[in-house]
Amino acid sequence: MLTDPSFWLVQGLNSLQLAMLLFLLSVGLTVIFGLMNFVNLAHGSLYALGALIGYSIAEASGSVFLAFLLAPLAVTAVGALLYITLIERLRSAGPLPQVLVTFGLIFVLMDAQRYLWGSDALGVTGDVPFSGTIHIGSEPYPAYRLFIIAVGIAVFAGLYLLLNRTRLGAEVRAGVDDAETAAALGVNVERTFFLVFLLGCGLAGLAGAVAMPAFSAEAGMGVEILVPTLVVVVVGGLGSLSGAFVGSLVIGVTLTFGTALFPDFAGIAMYAALVAVLLLRPQGLLPARS
Amino acid sequence: MKRTLIATSIAALLALPASAAEYKVGVLLPFSGVYAGLGAHIENGFKLGLEHFGDKLGTDTITMLRDDTEANPGATLAKAKKMVLADKADVLTGIVSSAVLGGLRDFVHSSKTPLVVSNAGNDAATGERCSPYITRVSFSNGSITRVMGPWLAEQGVKTAYLMAPDYAAGHQMMDAFRATFEAAGGKVIGEAYPPLKGTKDYGPYISKAKASGAEALMTFFAGGAAINFVKQYAEFGAAKDLPLYGAGFLTSAAYVHVQGAAADGVIASLHYVPTIDNAENKRFQEGYQAAYEGKLGSEFAVAGYDSARLIIEAIAAAGGDKAKFKGELAKVSFNGPRGPLKIDPATHNVIQNMYIFRNEFADGKVTQNVLATIEGVQDEVNGCKM
Repeated sequence: MLTDPSFWLVQGLNSLQLAMLLFLLSVGLTVIFGLMNFVNLAHGSLYALGALIGYSIAEASGSVFLAFLLAPLAVTAVGALLYITLIERLRSAGPLPQVLVTFGLIFVLMDAQRYLWGSDALGVTGDVPFSGTIHIGSEPYPAYRLFIIAVGIAVFAGLYLLLNRTRLGAEVRAGVDDAETAAALGVNVERTFFLVFLLGCGLAGLAGAVAMPAFSAEAGMGVEILVPTLVVVVVGGLGSLSGAFVGSLVIGVTLTFGTALFPDFAGIAMYAALVAVLLLRPQGLLPARS
Repeated sequence: MKRTLIATSIAALLALPASAAEYKVGVLLPFSGVYAGLGAHIENGFKLGLEHFGDKLGTDTITMLRDDTEANPGATLAKAKKMVLADKADVLTGIVSSAVLGGLRDFVHSSKTPLVVSNAGNDAATGERCSPYITRVSFSNGSITRVMGPWLAEQGVKTAYLMAPDYAAGHQMMDAFRATFEAAGGKVIGEAYPPLKGTKDYGPYISKAKASGAEALMTFFAGGAAINFVKQYAEFGAAKDLPLYGAGFLTSAAYVHVQGAAADGVIASLHYVPTIDNAENKRFQEGYQAAYEGKLGSEFAVAGYDSARLIIEAIAAAGGDKAKFKGELAKVSFNGPRGPLKIDPATHNVIQNMYIFRNEFADGKVTQNVLATIEGVQDEVNGCKM
């Protein structure tokens, strides 16, 4: 098995696919964190919400592409609502109330999802784009997973341009680097934070919608993905786009190959990687603030 | 002497039951949580059973109590105690999770309350932790997969790779298969036990199983995990090199329509398949589909249906005597939708046929065709002392 190149190829692609989902989730979280020292623990619940709303849209309209488009928008709207009702008030409250409230939100959102969608795993029954198998060399591989990888890379490229080529990007970078000075120079940091928060919610919704056809949608799936996402944020380094990307790759590879090669230790492989990074580079691999 | 004799006869006459007895049946099923879907199937089947066989009760009556077990042993124990002690339930039925059954066992045993188990397959409940008050009409985990070992070996399969969620049922199903497959000359060359909770992506496991070079992939997955697993297995194009076999819950009638084309060609073993050809099954399926929006009656619904019938037949046999009723449950036998069914007096586990079937996908529909029937499958006593 270990000398079989197709094993490494297929597991490599599996790692990449998992890494891209983690990237979509962690990038919003890490930039919000870097910008405002605010951690939204309910971020994973928005991922589940994206999957469930995506499921309903796909079933009602018969189009999974429509779900990819509308589910992130719907999740962004929920994010805006959360911001206006709760998160804005918490901005000056310090880390402990923020953690408590967003932790409580996990349960509120999960039970709301159970109430609305039930507790079964839901899979789309209609046609899914890229649902076939394609051959890489002689090795069959699910085409849809390659699509997930492509979505992740496209979002990375888009965010890279946004961050480096636009005014909003410059404001975000300035805010992450030194929020006080940026504010003194006339940057509306609060507004920037709001926009970044919405973008993060939208990406979490997109991740859920894109994951749904492959892995089905289920209330509670957000809790399962939250821990690896937080680990990615820490491993990658706070506030950094490239950090989130590299951190996702490290954790994706660790989880996938850990499962395949050392199944008995798969549960701790991710934490071992986390500890190793924290010992060698406590600030994370590519932090925004050096 | 004569006088005492007459006195005893009169006492005996007085002790004779009144002609009509009222039985309270406590139904304990998950109506919320991970097993909520299964709970609904079993309750639907149970109600249909009461409807189909209720006329056998004569003048006796059944009142149904119901409560939600979730998958929570502690809460269920409290609810069972309330049903028995406060509401005076005569018999309990239901129970999906093996852990919930484990938590309930000592209470029903010491309170001498009959419990008719309509799902939970934990081997121990009719093995070393058996009780004369527990009767199981569903299955034991080991009995489902044990029949696959010799059958696969007969088909010329020499090597197998095992995969199941990492919890008691997963291990019991795989251990039973391994024992009979290896006894028949086969060899297990690899195995994987993904975590029960939180595994959504089986890709790494499937890729690894393919790379092992085994001739068959023998699995047990149920519910949402089964839907995901079968779909992902098909996406990885594994069917050509590594055909998929499993405990029949893998492609249960409850959700095989969601798996659709992905389930094509999967071969599995189970105690019930909707295509079984007998009059009882025809009546069951027609009644079920008429009552529940055309949905196919699943093995879970059949277990609920047969639980109701077992309780009714025991009540009829007891002739209004509630004390006698407890002993009658394990004596009931009948031909039901799944064929002949009786209760093993040594363990109180069900003795029934196992069906090995193949899923065929055509015209947007999956049909489950029976390839082989293994009759009268019975567990070893496994340390059970009644």
